[in-house]
Amino acid sequence: MEDRVLLRGSEVIGEAALRAGCRCYFGYPITPQNELPEYMARRMAEIEGAVFLQSESELAGINMVLGASVTGTRVMTSSSSPGISLMQEGLSYLAACELPAVVVNIVRGGPGLGNIAPAQSDYFQATRGGGHGDYRCIVLAPASLQEAADVTYEAFDLADRYRIPVIIMGDGMMGQIMEPVRLPPFKKEVPKKDWSIRGAGDGPSRFVRSLLLDVNVLEEHNWKLYRKYQRIERREVRYDAYMADDADFIIVAYGTAARIAKGAVKRSREKGRTVGLLRPITLWPFPSQVLREYAERVKGFLVFEMSMGQMLEDVKLAVEGRAPVEFFGRPGGVVVTPLELERTVARRYHRLLAARG
Amino acid sequence: MEKVIGRPRTLKEVPFHYCPGCGHSIIHRLVAEVIEELGIRGRSIGIPPCGCAVLAYYYIDVDMVEAAHGRAAAVATGIKRCLPDRVVFTYQGDGDLAAIGIAEVIHAANRGERITTIFVNNGVYGMTGGQMAPTTLLDQRTTTTPAGRQERLDGPPLKMCEMLGQLDGAAYLARGSVHSAKHVVKTKTFIREAFKAQLDDAGFSMVEILSPCPSNWKRSPIASARWIEEVMTSVFPLGVVKDAREKTQ
Repeated sequence: MEDRVLLRGSEVIGEAALRAGCRCYFGYPITPQNELPEYMARRMAEIEGAVFLQSESELAGINMVLGASVTGTRVMTSSSSPGISLMQEGLSYLAACELPAVVVNIVRGGPGLGNIAPAQSDYFQATRGGGHGDYRCIVLAPASLQEAADVTYEAFDLADRYRIPVIIMGDGMMGQIMEPVRLPPFKKEVPKKDWSIRGAGDGPSRFVRSLLLDVNVLEEHNWKLYRKYQRIERREVRYDAYMADDADFIIVAYGTAARIAKGAVKRSREKGRTVGLLRPITLWPFPSQVLREYAERVKGFLVFEMSMGQMLEDVKLAVEGRAPVEFFGRPGGVVVTPLELERTVARRYHRLLAARG
Repeated sequence: MEKVIGRPRTLKEVPFHYCPGCGHSIIHRLVAEVIEELGIRGRSIGIPPCGCAVLAYYYIDVDMVEAAHGRAAAVATGIKRCLPDRVVFTYQGDGDLAAIGIAEVIHAANRGERITTIFVNNGVYGMTGGQMAPTTLLDQRTTTTPAGRQERLDGPPLKMCEMLGQLDGAAYLARGSVHSAKHVVKTKTFIREAFKAQLDDAGFSMVEILSPCPSNWKRSPIASARWIEEVMTSVFPLGVVKDAREKTQ
């Protein structure tokens, strides 16, 4: 395959994963992400030793992922919101056992069966761990297909480096659109994993577990995880700022919402309003520090989500009252136009500037 | 004097934590002996369950990976698909395998997953304190069936070997027991055949083992053994339930 190609989003993620050394995929069909397992089924068959298996459920799928991961194989699964809910048990075990995995969530409208339209309502679930226990997953939210290729490629390195599950958040729109993408090269080697379980050979046997009955031992394990999460928060924050440096009013949005917001920023600027965009690429770790810095100079923020105030909480926690934080969200799979967002921005912008001078 | 029998090296020199009269320690030993006799210790990977036997990795000296409750067959699938030349086995109780993990084991068996399952059937949830299991007998009292299991309410006990026997992917299925020396020896041959079925690439293999749980049965170890002989085996008949390899031999 050429390195510069026109592909749909789900195929971009699949191809980037293969090029990152992913050799194992387990998953269960669910709309709107079926193109991804279908792509993996085709491509894995072309790669010697690669594994594709359609699991009987997302519960089984994520535990197959755990089994593959423990052997040291780069492994991925994908699903959409209801299926990701079923995977939370497995994600908790992966986090507890410090096993790397990449999980793609092509988010759909919820709660419940919801619908299959683009939504961002799984933000809390993804950024707060999602399953039981004190843990985090790295959460990557690309806003273009080039970025989807780049973050997918990097997700496997992050997962291995920190021995942590990495979630890639998209939605049906990101999965379906087509954009030209420059694909990363095929990795010739992936890191050796001295912790992997592959049979003891002639050496002593080892085991991987999450049961730690002694409270002191479990506390120490939690501290160890916590210190790792702090390292990740220091090192792995990624964001993009667009026309933000001279902005009086900053929209905070990620993924598909950030694409719309970018259009709204352009329209606002044409009309002379100093509006900018701050786009988190890592939803966890969240770019709190940069938001805090902007909070010292702007007159206000508008958090724009395709959900009802989930990332809003992180923005407020980051800003800590230094500047007003407004919110605009449309849930249920509604995708607003840049024009609608621009009108909302205009109203809030003028009100804020009038109030703050 | 020549030592003719001893602890297999594949069984660590650690005292078992199991209750007096529990079958797990015998079954651990049988698995360890078979692994040693087949010479597969270095390439075996075991999946202990959630339940009393979760600590099997303290005793059986092979690489092990703990699974979430019921998911052992899925974890084993992930391992085996990545490392097809390893010997992968799960060790599961009746709640783990026949209740919460029944979908995983059925599909693993149906895919003919080249794994071996040691299925310990003691008819109760042991670690949680003796609640009804899918394999609890009718009229058997447990903490959640204080008046005895009623078919109208809870259905009859699940017969996993017979059920999985319907699946083409299941190559070898047998039911043994550890309530007497004779049956311990017989069960060991079943375990050996199950591992051999995997080594021969024949398909999924499982040995169901009736095992006493005196603590939760509220019976002495001797009375527990007698209860298996007199009552449990009439519902769960012992022997080879399916050996698909016979057709080709």
